[in-house]
Formats: sequence, structure tokens, C-alpha cells
Amino acid sequence: MGLTRRPLRMPGTQVSRGVRVWLIALLVYSSLEVALGAFAATGPGNTGAPAESPDLDERVREVASELRCVVCQNLSVADSPSDLAKEMRNLIRELLQQGKTPDEIKAYFQSRYGDFVLLEPPKRGFNLLVWGLPFVALGVGACGVYLVAKRWTMGKHESAPPLDPVYAERVRRELKEREGSSGP
Amino acid sequence: MSWKRALIPLACVPLIILLAYGFRTDPKAIPSPLVQKMAPGFRIAIYDGEDVSLEGLKGKPVVLNFWASWCYPACYEEAPLLQATWQKYKDKGLHMIGVDIQDKEESGREFMRRFNFTFPNGPDPGSKISIDYGVYGVPETFFINRGGRIAYKHVGALTPDLIEEQIQAILKE
Repeated sequence: MGLTRRPLRMPGTQVSRGVRVWLIALLVYSSLEVALGAFAATGPGNTGAPAESPDLDERVREVASELRCVVCQNLSVADSPSDLAKEMRNLIRELLQQGKTPDEIKAYFQSRYGDFVLLEPPKRGFNLLVWGLPFVALGVGACGVYLVAKRWTMGKHESAPPLDPVYAERVRRELKEREGSSGP
Repeated sequence: MSWKRALIPLACVPLIILLAYGFRTDPKAIPSPLVQKMAPGFRIAIYDGEDVSLEGLKGKPVVLNFWASWCYPACYEEAPLLQATWQKYKDKGLHMIGVDIQDKEESGREFMRRFNFTFPNGPDPGSKISIDYGVYGVPETFFINRGGRIAYKHVGALTPDLIEEQIQAILKE
């Protein structure tokens, strides 16, 4: 009596009846969940600005990333793990939910902590030095390079050996001859 | 010496001025834009007491102190002075309010018991009052005059001379 051979089962090609039923049930459930979720998002009870929406989170992060954490070293409110920064982020969220604009929120923090709280110093007063100095340094550097380059090129001219008088006389004579031969 | 030779030392002058300014400034100090401005209004729920609002103290000088039980040693150093000052001035029209920030309630109460605080103190949930006053550490103290203006802000532990001087100033104004 010979042994009955069974074909090798390839993954994905043969699924048992029980597994198939489960897969169909899962598919129906996920479709229903997606449909119900879409309804909830657009339904009449929805105000359009959920408190924990990713959009609000992003806006909080944007504002917080422009404010300096006042108890840290060179960290923004967005990146700081400190309690105060956390409370500041909560306040930013609250103010955004109240309809305040990012500029209004930054102005509020500036009115409490001064210019220090802004990661980008405003372009006025002493801060102008911070904005202007790189350009001044660039200009001074360019002038320096120009002056040095000029000195080098002038130096080369000065160091050229004097023209041999015999050779100069020969050139003058030949030029005169050429002018004479090309005349009328 | 030609002007060209003087150019390099002259170019260093602004740099030296800038460095001198930088080294003379405390990078940790944040000058408050609130000094000489109207004090932001607030309402605080006092531990075992009624709410207190700044609006309710209109026309009265107020010492507003921010502290925390975890602020050691500065808050522990100035706490007896605050209580002694309160005892001295409470019948002379001065109001003193303590704001316990980023603290556990039990720890805050324990701190108050330890120093026998009898002036109104309360927590600051969400650090709303602290942020509104631009507080960036503890202790910090604001001296608010009768007109509701912040006359002076002190960062760090108070000293007897300083608190006396500032209280006299806001009592007179």
C-alpha cells in the first residue's frame, strides 16, 4: 500500500472555512467603524474643533516652539520637559481654543516675561546688533579680502624685474619699422 | 603709527564693549516688564479659607509672595520673615497673599504649619497666576501699591531691610 501524498500548502492560497468567516466578520466590523467614525466627525453634534485634534496639537507646538522656556537653558517651551513649560503649553492650548491668534499669544507671554521669552529677538533696540552684526562682519570680511587681494596683485607688479634697455630699444625700433612699412 | 595700524585695535573696541555688557548681565535674570504697570488681576482659593481676589483689595497695598515647599533653602529662609512682617503690618492696612506654586497640597499645608503662616495662602492650579505675573522661579515677591501698580519685584529670598523698605514705600504711595 502506497503513501497518499498531500500537496504542500502555500501560504495565502488555501484558507480554512473557519478563518474565512472570521476574516469576513472583521472586514464588516472595520467598515462599520470607519463609517460611524466619519458620521461622528461630520454629525450635527460636532463643533468642528475637537479639543484634542491633531491640528490643535500642531498649532500649540508651533506657538510653543517660538517661545523660550524660562527655566531652561536654550530650550523652547515646546521641547522643554519642565513643569512650567508644560503649564505654558496648556495655557497656549486654552488661549487657542478661546480663539486667540498665535501673535496675540506670543504678545501675551512677551508682556509677562519681556523679550527674553521670544526665541527670535525682535528687530529693535539693542537686539538690532544681533541681527546686524553678522552682515557687518560679512562686509568687513569682504573688504579685508579685497584689500589683501589688491595688495597681493600690486606686490606682483612691483616685484617684476626691470625691462632690459637693449631689449626695449629693439622693440621700439621694430615697431617703428613696422609702422613705416605699413604706411602709404 | 598710520591709521591702518590703528584699525585692528579700533575694530576690537566694539567687541570688548559687547563682551563687557554680556559679562555684566546675569543671564538667568529676566527683567520684569510688569514693574510700574498695573498688577494683573487674580482670584485665589485660599487653603481653609475664602477666595481672595486682587480686585477685592482695591486701594490697599499688597505683598504677593510666590513660594513652594520644595523651594529649599530660599523659601525656608524667608518664611519666618514673611510671617513676622505680617504680624507687624496686618493692622496697618497691609495685605499679604502667598501663592504656593507647583506643589502638592499636603506639602504646602505642612510648610504653612511649620512656619505658622496666618496670612492667606493658596495653590495655583495650572500655574495661571504665576505665568500671569511672569514668575520663573521661587521665591518671588511683588509689592503692589494702593493704586494697584507693581512698585517693585524681588527675585530670591527677602531680607529684613528690603521688605521693610518696600512695605514703607507702598504704604506711603
